[in-house]
Amino acid sequence: MTRAARIVEICVSHRGREGPLLLILHDVQCEFGCVDAEAERVIAHELNLSRAEVHGVVSFYHDFSAEPDPRPCIELCRAEACQARGVEELVASAEAAAGERVRLKTVYCLGLCSVGPAARIGDRLHARLNTAALVKLVQSA
Amino acid sequence: MTLVRISDDALALACGADAVAAAFVAASCTVERVSSWGMHWLEPLAEIDGIGFGPLFPEDVAAVLAGTSDKRIGAIADHPFIKRQQRLTFARAGKTRPLSLDDYADTGGWSALKRVKSMASPEIVAEVAHSGLRGRGGAGFPAGIKWRTVLEAQGPRKYVVCNADEGDSGTFADRMLMEGDPFQLLEGMAIAAQAVGAQQGYIYVRSEYPHAISKLNAAIELAREHIAPFRIEVRVGAGAYVCGEETALLNSIEGKRGEVRAKPPLPAHEGLFGCPTVVHNVLTLAAIPHIMVPGGASRYDSLGIDRSKGTMPIQLAGNIRHGGLFETAFGITLNELIHDIGGGTASGRPVKGVQVGGPLGAYIHPSQFDLPFDYEAYAGADALIGHGGVVVFDDRANMGALARFAFQFCAAESCGKCTPCRIGSTRGVELIDRIWAGGRDADAVEALAQMHNARKDRRSRDEDLQLLEDLCETMQFGSLCALGGFTPYPVRSALKHWPEDFT
Repeated sequence: MTRAARIVEICVSHRGREGPLLLILHDVQCEFGCVDAEAERVIAHELNLSRAEVHGVVSFYHDFSAEPDPRPCIELCRAEACQARGVEELVASAEAAAGERVRLKTVYCLGLCSVGPAARIGDRLHARLNTAALVKLVQSA
Repeated sequence: MTLVRISDDALALACGADAVAAAFVAASCTVERVSSWGMHWLEPLAEIDGIGFGPLFPEDVAAVLAGTSDKRIGAIADHPFIKRQQRLTFARAGKTRPLSLDDYADTGGWSALKRVKSMASPEIVAEVAHSGLRGRGGAGFPAGIKWRTVLEAQGPRKYVVCNADEGDSGTFADRMLMEGDPFQLLEGMAIAAQAVGAQQGYIYVRSEYPHAISKLNAAIELAREHIAPFRIEVRVGAGAYVCGEETALLNSIEGKRGEVRAKPPLPAHEGLFGCPTVVHNVLTLAAIPHIMVPGGASRYDSLGIDRSKGTMPIQLAGNIRHGGLFETAFGITLNELIHDIGGGTASGRPVKGVQVGGPLGAYIHPSQFDLPFDYEAYAGADALIGHGGVVVFDDRANMGALARFAFQFCAAESCGKCTPCRIGSTRGVELIDRIWAGGRDADAVEALAQMHNARKDRRSRDEDLQLLEDLCETMQFGSLCALGGFTPYPVRSALKHWPEDFT
């Protein structure tokens, strides 16, 4: 099956649901690692929207990306509560350990504000991080 | 065989609860996964015959079972942190299995929904109004008035929308409720639907909460018959903080950019897909089943102080020794919360300040720690309760840097619709940098001869401080929603109480 055909299939699977665009974009992002211009074109056609409308939505949300990034990704919370628990002191060593191999992404809040600094890799959460623990996470990612 | 109860809340998992549970299973115990008690410094917390042990590592299990563990904390229900609370919304926390319909029904679940099924809509609305319940998302709008507006509004369909886009740093009560007691939220939504005549409900959850999303989906499947003919669907956000604002949230469910809508029209008149919509925070809807049991509304009204009625799940976070969920009637002071209950800072250093109400809440100086937890008292002190998050900072925090972060956060998360928020936030970051630098000279463009109106001489630090105040005023009164409108709260409070951090 071509990629376009698969995206059509995703669109069809959400037919009948109210406001399906975000649902479709999540599925496409999850399956292909991005929502690129080609995907936007197919989705726009299926939902009878303009490409600009679809692109506007894709570019608005942090979770959707225009290009795939195959690197492992660690989401590190750097919001106030994790700052209060010293996350900023860990960033330099984590960045050094990550280099170009691992993507270290800043997020604002994982809801683990009483046991920070906290990070997320996929659906796995990690709390009470110190420099050594975070560097280890980065190295094993 | 020993029965061990361990939480499967995301926070417990992040602290290693699965490995501890596996170690108990390996030692031939039966492990039951329950919701979290909310004593986060003790997670992973294991409960055996009512006695708690925590925080545990897998290697502690042998000692726990041999009765020699030094991590024994005694009877959990008698722990001072639990004993001092008045738990309504979180009455089941730590006690029930989140996805067990039996546990839910055995602890009073569904009784409120059964009762309202035989009531007329205006009666239900009147009871909610009588309880004094106000929206727990931050604005504190009376729930009864909102319901009455939607009930009386005309529309082809009506909706109940649950705002579970809990993006504020320092808050986790919504997440705990969705993961620990999802049926309670569904019951609250079904009651709201019955009251206003809605057929469809949506729960908009942020994508950062994968565990809550899967629990809710499973709970909806299990509870389908209980809430019928009402239907509920989970919608997942996509990493935009501003979608916690109700109109941006509605746009996002509709599959649009999460841009804020101008009000009026209120969502109660023209909400989701242009139809009358009740939008409530998780905690507001979860309080409903307790209000709608016989006598519940009066009991709720009797708790709290002044116009802040009932209980508030307060979240103790950041640099605090005993962090976690503390639900209590309104009126408690920060002194009690931080020192008596929270045990001071985790680092053992003095408290420098606390931020109440998330990234848009004011920084509160220790001299104001006797302020009662109450919507109006906080508003009077230029602060806000917001969603009840309390983030503690020790004396190493730089409040100027935190004020700058408030602008930076606003710039990153602004939806871009209104100018004060979109542009003001970036100008705010620059201004604080300039204040730190002690003023600035005219830049290359300003110095050009043709820039007739640009100032040529040096701007002093005091002038930049005045400009910062002007910027805050423009953002506060000129922004469309609370993101731009409330960003001045952390900035101004930091500047007022800790001016030394701006030099």
